[in-house]
Order: sequence, then C-alpha cells, then structure tokens
Amino acid sequence: MENTFFVDSDALSPAVLEKKHRLETDPSARTDIMRYLDGMEQIDSDLLDRVLEQVNRYDPTQYTDRDVRNALQHETCSIEDLKALLSPAAEPFLEQMAQKARLETQKHFGNTVYLFTPLYIANYCENYCVYCGFNCYNHIHRMKLNMEQIEHEMQVIAESGMEEILLLTGESRGQSGPEYIGEACKLARKYFRMVGLEIYPVNTEEYRYLHECGADYVTVFQETYDAARYEQLHLLGHKRVFPYRFHAQERALRGGMRGVAAAALLGLSDFRKDALATALHVHFLQRKYPHAEMSLSCPRLRPIINNDRINPQDVHETQLCQIICAYRIFLPFAGITVSSRESESFRNGIVKIAATKVSAGVSTGIGDHESKYTGRQSDRPEGDEQFEISDDRSFSRMYRDIEQEGLQPVLNDYLYV
Amino acid sequence: MNEKAITMQDALILGGKTFTSRFILGSGKYSLKLIEAAVRDAGAQMITLAVRRANTKEHENILDYIPEGVTLLPNTSGARTAEEAVRIAKLARELGCGNFVKVEIMRDSKYLLPDNQETIRATKLLANDGFVVMPYMYPDLNVARDLVNAGAAAVMPLASPIGSNKGLATREFIQILIDEIDLPIIVDAGIGRPSQACEAMEMGAAAIMANTALATAGDLPRMAMAFRQAIEAGRNAYLSGLGRVLVRGAAASDPLTGFLRD
Repeated sequence: MENTFFVDSDALSPAVLEKKHRLETDPSARTDIMRYLDGMEQIDSDLLDRVLEQVNRYDPTQYTDRDVRNALQHETCSIEDLKALLSPAAEPFLEQMAQKARLETQKHFGNTVYLFTPLYIANYCENYCVYCGFNCYNHIHRMKLNMEQIEHEMQVIAESGMEEILLLTGESRGQSGPEYIGEACKLARKYFRMVGLEIYPVNTEEYRYLHECGADYVTVFQETYDAARYEQLHLLGHKRVFPYRFHAQERALRGGMRGVAAAALLGLSDFRKDALATALHVHFLQRKYPHAEMSLSCPRLRPIINNDRINPQDVHETQLCQIICAYRIFLPFAGITVSSRESESFRNGIVKIAATKVSAGVSTGIGDHESKYTGRQSDRPEGDEQFEISDDRSFSRMYRDIEQEGLQPVLNDYLYV
Repeated sequence: MNEKAITMQDALILGGKTFTSRFILGSGKYSLKLIEAAVRDAGAQMITLAVRRANTKEHENILDYIPEGVTLLPNTSGARTAEEAVRIAKLARELGCGNFVKVEIMRDSKYLLPDNQETIRATKLLANDGFVVMPYMYPDLNVARDLVNAGAAAVMPLASPIGSNKGLATREFIQILIDEIDLPIIVDAGIGRPSQACEAMEMGAAAIMANTALATAGDLPRMAMAFRQAIEAGRNAYLSGLGRVLVRGAAASDPLTGFLRD
C-alpha cells in the first residue's frame, strides 16, 4: 500500500495552499537541505560521512545464508555482520537472531525493563514534514501548555508512580523556545528522577542550558538517513537542514548531556539502509564519546489526524523484530526503546528478546493526562495528537504485565550528578 | 583443624566489620529472588547496592529488599568522575546506607571498564571523609599501590569485562596484586562460573563478587549454593597450601643433577 502523504485542509487560504502545493510539486521551490540556516551551529565532525559511506555501499540483496550464519557465529558483530543480519537473507534466521539477541540483552541488562512516559507540552510546529500530524499545514487543534498546566500534568503522571519522563514539543522555536522548555525541565526535576528531551535540535550552548535545567537525555530522530528521500519529505522549516539534525546528538553530548538516542522512522525509505545508518550512527557516536549512554528507538510510521492512510509499508512486525535483534547483536550495550506505536503483543514479545525500555500511560496529545489517566472528563483545554498509538496500557497495567512475563520493571536507574 | 573451625577462624575483616562469608553479591541485575538466594544459599553477608537504583520512590525501593544483618555496600555506578563518585557516596550515607562504599567510575558505556586514575582520586577523597572505600579497578600493580596509599580498605580488580561471565581473563595480574598488596584483594566482575570463583580463591583472593552469573542462572538457589561451595573450597585449598602440582607427563627418572659429586 503506497503512502499518500499530501492532505489539503479547507482552513488554508488560497495563497497558503498555493505555496503548499508548490513545495510539494516543485523541487526548485525548496531550499538546499545541506545548507545551514542562520544561527545554526556547525561542528567539526566526520560522523555523517562515516555513516553515509557505509550506507551508500550497502546492497542488502548481496548477502547470503552463509554471511548470516557466519555473523551469528561471531562473538563480536562487525559492520559487515550487521549488514548481513539486516539483509533479506537473515529473515529465515529470525529465531536464531532472537536467541542470540536475548543472550546479549541478559548479559548487559539482566531481566530488567525500564518504564517511562512521554509528556507533550506543545504541538506548534514550523516544519512541513508530510507524514507528521503536527506539520504546519495540518489543521489540528494547536496548544502550548503554560507552566501551571505543565505542573498539573506532571502531578497526574507522578501520582501514577512513574519516575522517568520524556518532554516533547512540536518544532517551533517561536512558540516553544529553549527558555520555555528549560522552565518545564526545572518543573520536571521536582516530580521525576530522570528527565529526557525530544525537541527540535538546538545548539551546544542551548543543550548545556537545558542540561543545567535538569534534562540529561536527548532523543533526536533523523527520520531517514537517505538524504534524497529526506528532501522529499521535509519540505519546509528548520528540520529541512539534514546535517544540523544529524549532528544534534554530538552537540547534546558536548553540552553535557549524559546520554543520547537516535532513530530512523521506519517506512519512510529503504528500511534496511535506514536501520544500518541508525546503528552506525550510535556505533560511531559511542566510539567518539565513550562515556555517554547510548540508545536507539525503532519507530514505524503511524496514521495521523486527517490522514489515516499512512502506514509503515514493507516494515511488518517480522522485519521490525529482525531490525531490533540486529541492533541488539551489534550494539549489546545500547538501550532499545519500543514505543506505544507498537501493539501490546509485539511489545510483550520484544521485551523478552531485546527491548530494554517501554513507554506506558502514553498520550501524544497535549494536556490530556488527567482525562486519560483518571477517566474523568477534564475541563482543561486539550491539544491534538501527533500520531495514533497502538498500545494504550496504563502504567500500572504495564508494570504488572512486565512482572508477569518474568521480567523486572525498573522505574529509575539514574542519578542527576 | 576441622573445616568448620577453619571457616570460623578465617574471617574477612573490612572496615572493622567481621565477615565469615567471602561471597559478595554485585548490583548489576537486582531482583528480590536474587537477593534471597544470595543471602540464604550463597551465604552473602554483604550486598552491593547501586545508589542510582535505590534512589527511587515507593514502588520498588531496593533498600526494602535488603535483609537485616546484611552489610550494604553502596556503589557509585553512574559516576564518570571522582567528584561525581563522592557526591553519590555522600548521598548513600544520607540515605542511611552506612559508610561502606564501592567506588565505580566508568567513562566507557560499552565495556564499563573502570577509570583507574579517577578511582584513585575518589578513593583518597572518600577515605579522608571517613568512608570504608573499596575501589573497583583494572588490575594494575602501580594503581593498586596508589589505592593503598589513598586509604582503600580493599582492592577490587576485575576478572574480565563486567557481565561477560568470561572468568579470570586477568589472572596473572590479579595474582600479582594478591602477592604484592597487603589489603584484601576481592575479585570483581566477569566471574561466570563457580569453578572460576574457586580458582580465584585458590590463588589467594580474599573474596568474590558476582552478580550476572547468579542472576542469569536457570536455577538461582542452586547456583547460589554452588558459588558458596566453590568459594569455600577454594579458600580451604588456599589456606591448606596447595600441594605438588604434577605437570603433564612423568617426572624424569634420572635426576638432571645426578652429575653433581658432592
């Protein structure tokens, strides 16, 4: 099923619609994705070249049964082994991959599974990313929580027992600037042991400021590492600048953050190449910043408000499982997060193999935790969601389910020092 | 002297406390079942506690799992510098975990190998502050001597990378520490089997710390018991003085020194 990303809204004026259509149809109307915008910090780094050099040479169809068997036998997984494990030739070996992945997970993480919840504090966005529910042309209910509302949301979440929170915003410096996010981090430190951020990429000194406000983990999804495809999907806004986004993790670490996470949104481009790029991004980051904690997410495309036809195309659960097993075998030390985009049954299965972190009690909307957590109709305003989730288990049910799988739920393994 | 008498007399003294058990439970993978097995079946009297994991709200506070009479050994895992380790140790003391501390400083998220230089600095700072400091280190004789001078109560060399269950990969260097350092040498990290624990004890190690080997065992209580027996066997062998070890092949029947005439 081919994705149809472009959706028009009656709420857009003819002039705006014309600009939107021009961006969608005329590449010359779009900016160069490699050109930095004013104010964007450029750092000296060869990581992007090193990742793309490998990815550009990767032809998944060239790998055979024999390469996969060899990869499974090696004690240390090389980049070539990773390429074999991500190839179609590895699909018949999925069970062996899962067995090997599980051993690696047990060695490094035992039977622990970390729980966290995301908190969206604003959904304003200045980008036009065609697959995203928050994109600036999508007609949704926009909202930005004020500090009193953020604190209320945090209280509701903290009362559930959760100790780790991930703060998210849409990508709008104008509506949700670094100071606004910094104030939210300070509030979060009052209620949670661990505060992570998933916001638009910022400069090193801004990461340093956010770290001083209490955040210690930065997640940035590159979405796709295929620059040509990236250009077709991110038509407008700061996010269009491909290398600035790629180097966000490095800037975050230089700004003092303790750990970073990377991901490709699987389904946007050749998922095998994107999975390779994500794993190598983390691999090279770890080599350059060995003290830092590394993790990966493995999101797949999901339907959004006003477009329920968006889907992850050829990345079915089998392929997703293959990718996660390959990630684990290649990066045994890295955290792997599987979000509520995936089904309850998939998440129950994957935590026994390779995932070390799952979200629970999730809402991707704005200001709706009270109604979602208590079931009570709240008179507080609510903003629309970024995408549809699949696994809507509450924190307490997730905690119990993990225990019933024979695993140990962990709420906090972290000290802000 | 019977076996029991050896054990009774042969106590491990750390920070003024006397331990008859020479098994210490590490902190990597915690569960209530693991702690129960370690205390009941492995006889552990000391349990490591990751402060970063204990620093939690009511849901699963590890402090609640620790039985009476067991000495807590809070560790500084998560620290990347001496200063961070000192802050974590002080937090542990404030939480009521006592004044023992295992210094763990890692600047490597992949192998979790300890940073010896920062460890020496932290040991000095913490020993001066009244802590009983047990530093986790990469086995290097010069570093071990610096740790002694810094005021360590024991030295804890790694056997192989943490969680790897690979056994005594650093055997020769641990033996040098045992031979040259007057403090107890407690072998930490990488011990995957009871036989490896036994071997380290035969070499003269004062105690063994393990976690993953137990945590990932099929039958946890039985594995805990196996560790206890292996550690006791190794200790008794060490105390007995290992006898003649025959090399492969028979000894030469004609003495090589038969030519000597006086």
